[in-house]
Amino acid sequence: MSDRALAHPSAPRPPWLRILGAAALVSIAATVWLGLWVTPPDRVQGNLVRLVYLHPPIAWVALYLAFGLAALSSLLYLWRRTRSLFWDRLAAASVEVGVVFNALTLATGMLWGRPTWGVWWTWDARLTSTALLLVLFLGYLALRRVPADPEVRARRCAVAALVAFVDVPIVHFSVIWWQTLHQGATVLNSNLSPTIHGSMAWTLLLGFVALTLVFVWMVGVRYRIEVLADRTGAERLEVSLAERWAEGDLDIAPSAGNGPGNGADGTSLRPPSRVGP
Amino acid sequence: MWRDALLVAGKDLRIELRSRVALWQVLPVAVLSLILYAFALGPVRHTLASAAPGLFWLAVLFSTVLATQRSFAIEAGEGTRDGLRVSGIDPAGVFLGKAAAVAAELAVVQIVLWAAMTLLFGVHLRTAWLALVASLLATIGLATAGTLYGALSAGLRVRETLLPLLVLPVLAPVLLAASRAWSGALTGSVSSGVSWLRVLGPFAAVYLVIGIVLYGPLLETG
Repeated sequence: MSDRALAHPSAPRPPWLRILGAAALVSIAATVWLGLWVTPPDRVQGNLVRLVYLHPPIAWVALYLAFGLAALSSLLYLWRRTRSLFWDRLAAASVEVGVVFNALTLATGMLWGRPTWGVWWTWDARLTSTALLLVLFLGYLALRRVPADPEVRARRCAVAALVAFVDVPIVHFSVIWWQTLHQGATVLNSNLSPTIHGSMAWTLLLGFVALTLVFVWMVGVRYRIEVLADRTGAERLEVSLAERWAEGDLDIAPSAGNGPGNGADGTSLRPPSRVGP
Repeated sequence: MWRDALLVAGKDLRIELRSRVALWQVLPVAVLSLILYAFALGPVRHTLASAAPGLFWLAVLFSTVLATQRSFAIEAGEGTRDGLRVSGIDPAGVFLGKAAAVAAELAVVQIVLWAAMTLLFGVHLRTAWLALVASLLATIGLATAGTLYGALSAGLRVRETLLPLLVLPVLAPVLLAASRAWSGALTGSVSSGVSWLRVLGPFAAVYLVIGIVLYGPLLETG
């Protein structure tokens, strides 16, 4: 009975989200095809270079898009004139996706580092600050899981995201003074002349587009889940309230030998499905 | 704001002086951690002396978690938060006051830890002013960021486990910079130590300002 009441007449995914998902899938497939079959192996790094089509785009999504969007929407939530749960949900969705991409950044980086540097991990500035960033935003997700009123949770999480976000440049500059093994920027280096050419450059560019699309699609899906979860939570509360009220109308007087509900305290909170007519 | 800050700081420190929780629980744990670090690293004097600045600041870092937890445990009493809220005290004042009380406690912790480190690890400060400036800036940073996160997790059922996860990664740059600065002060290489003040200073300033601005919205969460 209650299951049917809870079964939400959820609308199908909005068309723009489907189109976006399809575009993300196609562009990822194209990146994989170009990256694994079309582009040549590198003169120095051999086949290892193929990770370059994934690792920088993933890092770009995690470190700039996701956490930037999260900080921006937290700020907009805290600002009274733009305060709306939309920003809170958007921040939550992008942090969650960002954490996944952050972990992927570390994983792909390690996969590349092991054969290239000979170690899975070095205490290099970028690696260290990326790892710290992951833990910082895991804290945000942990805080988000603490049950609270949506408004309270939103404010708390927005403050946490901002306070964490201002730490990012400080972490970055403090660890950058360590010795650095990581190679410098390839595309956005100081004189803005890419040191990667031809099909490799195009594949890398496509990788950036593809993973950005994946990010936007995932945030869209995650946002929708957040809305549905909030709505279902509210409905579930209403349903259980209605059930408790219904109990009040029915017979709740303690009658002897009616199961474990009738303890020494003499109260029995039986669900109506067992009591009902 | 400043008068309110003094009031709140005075209240918190008075409670600490009377209850002696910080004195008899936080301080001994800090000193104990120095001993445990020595167990972990072995009794070789050279190893301990070179690791000393890092271990010192690690102990201070964990004391910060304890001190902020304690600082908000005081407010967990029946109606205390509401009392503070309706008393008309400026939220920024509450923040500054609580941070100042935590900073004062951390200063005591550092003095005791420094004495213990000198005795146990056999290290000596060669450039006292550098260590002092680094300590001052680091303490402001630790106390302000700690107080912010303390307020954030105050009143939550999971605060004991949540606070370290939230606050330790944020404080990581302080640990890094302060131990490098102290390392400079211990070995006498002043210039390398001074350069780390460029991390400690902005950190303290940023979290001081953020706390003053954001503490109001945080207190509303009730």
